[in-house]
Amino acid sequence: MRKALIYLALSAGAVVFAYPFVWMVLATFKPEAEIGNLSLLPSVWTLESYRLVFETIPIVRAFLNSLVVAAVVIASVLVFGSATAYSLAKLRWKGRDTVFNLMLFTMMVPFMVMLIPLYTMIVEFGWTDSLIGLIVPFMMNATAVLILRQSFVTLPTDILDAARIDGCGEWRILFTIVWPLSIPALVTAGIIVFIGNWNEVLWPLMVIRNEDWMTMPQMVALFTVGGGAQARLGPQLAAAVLLALPIAAVYLVFQRHFIASLASTGVKG
Amino acid sequence: MHKTKHSTRLPGERSGLLMAAPYLIHLSIFFGYPLLFAFVLVFHRWDIVTPMEFIGLRNFARLFQDDLFFRALANTGVFLVIHIPLQIIVALFFAELLNRKLRGRSFFRTVYFLPVVVSGVVVAILFQRLFAFDTGYFNGLITSMGGTRVPWLVSPKWAMPSIALMATWKNVGFYVILFLVGLQNIPASMYEVATIEGASTWQRWWRVTLPLLNPMLVTVVVLSTIGGFSLFVEPYLITGGGPMNSTLSSVLYIYNQAFSFNHMGYAAALGLFFALVILMVVLLQRRLVEEDIY
Repeated sequence: MRKALIYLALSAGAVVFAYPFVWMVLATFKPEAEIGNLSLLPSVWTLESYRLVFETIPIVRAFLNSLVVAAVVIASVLVFGSATAYSLAKLRWKGRDTVFNLMLFTMMVPFMVMLIPLYTMIVEFGWTDSLIGLIVPFMMNATAVLILRQSFVTLPTDILDAARIDGCGEWRILFTIVWPLSIPALVTAGIIVFIGNWNEVLWPLMVIRNEDWMTMPQMVALFTVGGGAQARLGPQLAAAVLLALPIAAVYLVFQRHFIASLASTGVKG
Repeated sequence: MHKTKHSTRLPGERSGLLMAAPYLIHLSIFFGYPLLFAFVLVFHRWDIVTPMEFIGLRNFARLFQDDLFFRALANTGVFLVIHIPLQIIVALFFAELLNRKLRGRSFFRTVYFLPVVVSGVVVAILFQRLFAFDTGYFNGLITSMGGTRVPWLVSPKWAMPSIALMATWKNVGFYVILFLVGLQNIPASMYEVATIEGASTWQRWWRVTLPLLNPMLVTVVVLSTIGGFSLFVEPYLITGGGPMNSTLSSVLYIYNQAFSFNHMGYAAALGLFFALVILMVVLLQRRLVEEDIY
């Protein structure tokens, strides 16, 4: 009886969180006039909404832009971020603790302080309307470094010393010994950076005006706000579904990692 | 075993700094410089095209007479007053239900977490449909049951609460997981002691669970607050800050000042002030929540 009630409540929750998505996906296959009614299934299935999206905006190009930005940012954060994390966790040098405290300080400064000065700087560098402006400011990430450092600290120093005696340089130790032992932390850092980067809208809206360099969330947002969708509901929802698709797919494959990774940022915060 | 006494030649005196160098360089260019420049910018008028003009404290003087600045703060307040309690109650409810051996536990977790990973743009477009006055799903449901339509996004009174509701729907899965971690960290022995002493289920919950969950509660309140001040996509996409500026958020106002009016100096001053307000609110909350429970 008690168990049944628990399942009932949990299922009600599942409906509340999943049903809107189900409704949205099915609505994109409805004729425009049907989107306003309550029925879940279309009376006639049509791809018209998607056709209009692909005809009006270069959404594939935006997807590729997003992909390039995310890939470069993640690669950079993992390579240089883990070098920093390794240096902070396993090497001893003058000023190390200062750098670590500085990093913690950067995480406490609300982003709106930096928003406008950073933007004006990007303008002066001539990086607006280019992927560089979306990539370079985010090639380092303090949260990722913190996560990696916390994992690296637990590695036994003996194996590192052994490698040093064999004449291994620190970079080689990082990639051939530390990395293979720290896959979970690397995955966590990668996922956190990926979600943040993939879903970022404000920064692209500031830096990119040229359609050729827009990211996917930015383009979908402007399609809805800027009138590209001409107030038609079907294409707006279809664009939203296309935007949700990549991350939902990655999420369903790696869901356990996603949940654990994101939770770890909060638990430490 | 004690190899640490190798300290005649510490590993990394040189390579340590070298490996952290990319981070330090990046930090000084993309954090240090903008942070310092923020304190220059706030004393200037600048449209980013013509040269900067020093205007002393005029940006701040203006800020204290700016109705929209206070409006954005008040709107954020409305958002937080609804969002934080709602989020805590709903998240605790589901975390408590999930904190037991159950078949399908990971299924429910996965579903609850789905809105968290999906872009805010998707959620905004979706809820714009659900909240629509004439053709929206919610009002369709309400009228089909004989009720009258709710002016979700079209009335200045309802718009911000509607957005708070939507944000709660999007984020609550994240907080379910945080509370779940918190609940699982409470040692079972604590409950055993309480049970032996004759505490009822409710008493155990109030006297054991809640106090021990306090650190997590602080985290949730602080993260939600920062989230509330960072609100941008939803009002930008759905209401544009309206109706009658009732959903103008801090970040949206900074964005408008910078990009609709090219007031870079004033926008930077706004950013600085909103950040100060965040820090003050967070410090206050920490103090309140911590005192409240003990």
